[in-house]
Amino acid sequence: MAITVKIPAQLRPVVGGNATVDVETTGTVSDVLDALYELYPELRDRISDNGELRRFVNVYVADEDIRFGDGLDTQVADGSDVTILPAVAGGC
Amino acid sequence: MAVDALKCKECGERYSLEARFVCEHCFGPLEVAYDYSGMDVEEAKRKIQAGPHNIWRYSDFLPFAERPKTALDTGLTPLVHAKRLGEYLGGLKNVYVKNDAANPTHSFKDRVVSVALAKAIELGYQVIACASTGNLANAVAAHAAAQGLDSYVFIPTDLEEQKILATGVYGTELVGVRGNYDDVNRLCTELSAEKDWAFVNINMRPYYSEGSKTLAYEVMEQLGWQVPDRVVGPIASGSLFTKLHKGFAEWLDIGLVEGKLPVFHGAQATGCNPVAHAFEQGKDFCQPVKPDTIAKSLAIGNPADGPYALDVARSTGGTIEQVTDDEIRAGIKLLAHTTGVFTETAGGVTVATLKKIADRGLIDPDETVVVYITGEGLKTLDAARGTFEKYEIDPTIESFNQLKPKPVPVTA
Repeated sequence: MAITVKIPAQLRPVVGGNATVDVETTGTVSDVLDALYELYPELRDRISDNGELRRFVNVYVADEDIRFGDGLDTQVADGSDVTILPAVAGGC
Repeated sequence: MAVDALKCKECGERYSLEARFVCEHCFGPLEVAYDYSGMDVEEAKRKIQAGPHNIWRYSDFLPFAERPKTALDTGLTPLVHAKRLGEYLGGLKNVYVKNDAANPTHSFKDRVVSVALAKAIELGYQVIACASTGNLANAVAAHAAAQGLDSYVFIPTDLEEQKILATGVYGTELVGVRGNYDDVNRLCTELSAEKDWAFVNINMRPYYSEGSKTLAYEVMEQLGWQVPDRVVGPIASGSLFTKLHKGFAEWLDIGLVEGKLPVFHGAQATGCNPVAHAFEQGKDFCQPVKPDTIAKSLAIGNPADGPYALDVARSTGGTIEQVTDDEIRAGIKLLAHTTGVFTETAGGVTVATLKKIADRGLIDPDETVVVYITGEGLKTLDAARGTFEKYEIDPTIESFNQLKPKPVPVTA
């Protein structure tokens, strides 16, 4: 099964200008991101640092922030969307 | 002109002054950087004093090459010496209330929207948009209408009715999103990549947030070019709180005022306390929460500037407090009973926080303390409902004389 990863505008140049990337994997958010880094190695340093997500990167599985789940160990169900977004938005 | 570039707060990478909010390299937030090295301080002060009676008197400290003009004047709101409030809090002599409900759409959001809108126009945008907890919705709709621009306003569907009505009336495209503010914000962050719109708190965020600095500048000017000893401000995303700090720090750095930074106290509701919780735990990042509080304007469970708000409180020797919904209602009442100012729930949060730190004995009676009231009570009427009694009589003297007058308590 494929997982669709939504790519934020800031990272689209790294993935050939695409808004989404499909990866063939199952498992956790970590597994999905590793599969993504296989396809586009440059992404790794852009969104992670020493194996952890950078502190201004948010990741959502099926529109839910993974910090409400198990973080990078959150399971991604087949057919789910994974969304990567900059954290610095909104607010007052 | 002092405005210089956009600069990443994390890695320091610099960018030109365009519609951009995230560092391409590390995803850190971009902030406007200034070069004040050539500034003549006395001349700058003279220009402020001779400037217009709105936030543009501070345009040398905002991200513009020339002083902008906007259709709806914002700022120079009252700084009230709240003597009765100070007495109630244990004999504090210099408590001041910065009443920012006295803006065109009755909240501090007029400041940030004025700056974002002026920049959006300069950059050629035709459509203004935002993700809002309500006050921003009012401001974007009104300022866009006054300027003759189209606008889209995205809000959670469960917002207070007053805030929905006070947005739709201006003729904006009002979109209720089935979710909480963090859902609205995520949607708008995704939309901002698809639409050529100026989202004031997303792709215009570095400019937008600079508008909050004027809440520091005004207080210093209104205190006679003095820096307060202590400030109490609300924290939602943490942007206002960190920009207050930036405003005070800039004027101290260039010598427009003398002294030291105020002690910063941040105020959150217990029902949405990610920054207060991180402060208590000694952490430098925030675990997001699902908000459940009457202070909906502060109900951001995933605070973008949380780490920086923590830095501000810690580096100035301050704290970040949390107060319950009952304490918020009591705070609204205390402010109304002692100052005649009716605040929305966010102001209830700051007043309740002020009371908390006063009760703890943190405040010297002679200190100058400023509590920020960022919005108007008429926008959150439910918070006042059931907090007082009213008499009902027949239109006769006899009926009135049968009343047994009750003493009016100062607080709930």
